[in-house]
Amino acid sequence: MTEKEITDFIYREAYLLDSMQWDAWLDLFHPEGRYWMPLEWQQEDPVLQPSLMYEDLLLLKVRIERLSGERTFSQKPKSRCHHLLQAPQIMASDTGAGLYKARTSYIYTETRGDTLERFSGWASHELVRLGDSIRIKLKRIDLINFDAPFSNIQLFM
Amino acid sequence: MGPYRNSAPAIRALVREAEVHRDVYVDPEIFELELEHLFPNSWIYIGHASQLSKPGDFITANIGRQPVLASRHSDGSIRVFYNRCPHKGVKIASEACGNTGKFFRCPYHAWSFKTDGSLLAIPLKKGYEGTGLSEMQASEGLPKIRNVVVYRDFIFARLNDSGVSFEDYFGESLSTIDNMVDRSPQGELAIQAAPIRYMHTCNWKMLVENQTDTCHPMVAHESSAGAAVKVWKREQGASTEAPMAVQLYAPFMSPYEFYEQSGIRIWPNGHGHTGVSNSIHSNYSDVDGYPDQMIAAYGEARAHEILAQVRHNTVYFPNVMVKGAVQILRNFIPVAVDRTLVESWVFRLVGAPDKLYERALMYNRFINAPTSIVGHDDLEMYERAQEGLRSDGNRWVNLRRLFEPGEESDVTAVINGTSERQMRNQFHAWAKFMSADMENSAEAAE
Repeated sequence: MTEKEITDFIYREAYLLDSMQWDAWLDLFHPEGRYWMPLEWQQEDPVLQPSLMYEDLLLLKVRIERLSGERTFSQKPKSRCHHLLQAPQIMASDTGAGLYKARTSYIYTETRGDTLERFSGWASHELVRLGDSIRIKLKRIDLINFDAPFSNIQLFM
Repeated sequence: MGPYRNSAPAIRALVREAEVHRDVYVDPEIFELELEHLFPNSWIYIGHASQLSKPGDFITANIGRQPVLASRHSDGSIRVFYNRCPHKGVKIASEACGNTGKFFRCPYHAWSFKTDGSLLAIPLKKGYEGTGLSEMQASEGLPKIRNVVVYRDFIFARLNDSGVSFEDYFGESLSTIDNMVDRSPQGELAIQAAPIRYMHTCNWKMLVENQTDTCHPMVAHESSAGAAVKVWKREQGASTEAPMAVQLYAPFMSPYEFYEQSGIRIWPNGHGHTGVSNSIHSNYSDVDGYPDQMIAAYGEARAHEILAQVRHNTVYFPNVMVKGAVQILRNFIPVAVDRTLVESWVFRLVGAPDKLYERALMYNRFINAPTSIVGHDDLEMYERAQEGLRSDGNRWVNLRRLFEPGEESDVTAVINGTSERQMRNQFHAWAKFMSADMENSAEAAE
């Protein structure tokens, strides 16, 4: 996996989210992939320490299903999102193990009706190859203010 | 000044036998009066003793809007104070928790206080010689809160010096806390992490009412719990046992009959709980080793008795909800008439398998978090209610489901689980604790 492949993958992921191509976004995940939003600074354990989200593919599919539900009242009107990414930084490139890590600083914006919420943080990707494609083993979202009381966050950073 | 200040009759007129006036949710004066009367007259949850394990440990909290500070004193006792320096009013502790060492020190002028709140030292003390400081309240140190009770490690305080005693206030409702503590084979709970915090732009009472509202899950949560059931059916393949996540979501879609039969129990002073005979927490998979640990600790009969209690939500009036079966406490903290901070705490059952803590943490982030799909449904309803109540077309909120004429207040009863009687029970207590010291202050002024 070249550096360009990794960065292109991360930009494409953000594009799929911003254009609300949810199923195509889900296809980026490895079958054992996880989406994790820690609730502690430099958190190490997603299971026995509290997190905002720690979701496998089944749970992510529930979220996607929900977004298009006829009776999903909190999505009337539908939320939109915008990712502003800094160039990803390659953190690890282990060809032997087939594991690649990148860290991307971002500003994320999500709408809910007339209101607009803005979040800052870092996205950490752990990527692997599956056949010809690159897949997400772990996407970790560290907000700078993970411990602040937010209102609804319904889409994906 | 609006119509409600110093007017107990006007306050009581907001609560009819099965209706409440919208002003209880939207009127800023009512909110101010709640902070001045309802919260100081009630026993309010401050925190858990496990957060104060060593001398010098402290936690901060609010009662209504008033900042308070609880500390573990060097003699092992727990003390609660107003979190303000007696000199200029600066908050002594600004963090949610920490250890202050042997004394608290005000960051502004370095007045210092022992961990029992008493004044330890003032720099350049000669400046107060002959000034009469020793006769002033400031010389007593951090203002003490006298009515503090630590019940099975749960710290409660009542700000007003006079009022209903802790035992009379909570009565038999403490059985839910008992059950949660007893679920630890060592009879001990521990807070190990910060809560999930979630901001709601609605009145705090809407959240409290929702805890015993059993006619909303299958409607409002069709989008979330319903989606979980649907996706699992599609994806489960040959799997026979649903994963923990699906076990937590699916029961929200139980039919009305399930909730009707599981029952609601009400207690005096506004407390009550759903899930009397069974609940949405009844059918989780057993956790390996845990039943045996419980039997070893309590004996077979008692262990079964403890684990057979799977109460759903217990409301501790005015603003706390406890789930014994999944070890969660939700604190509904009033910020403004239309703004409420929810802090959801998870307890670890000391000595129990990790899997139970994992499940409680998962439940907490699934159901009440800014990132929780169930929470998204609820917040949408609260916010729409906060907006809808501005309508002048009807100024009353209806609480008439399963109302029976002549219904008694301040009683213990077990009733149909879809009744709105616990909400009526809360509003009866609301009117009582709102107006309790209003009458006294009116009499004293005469």
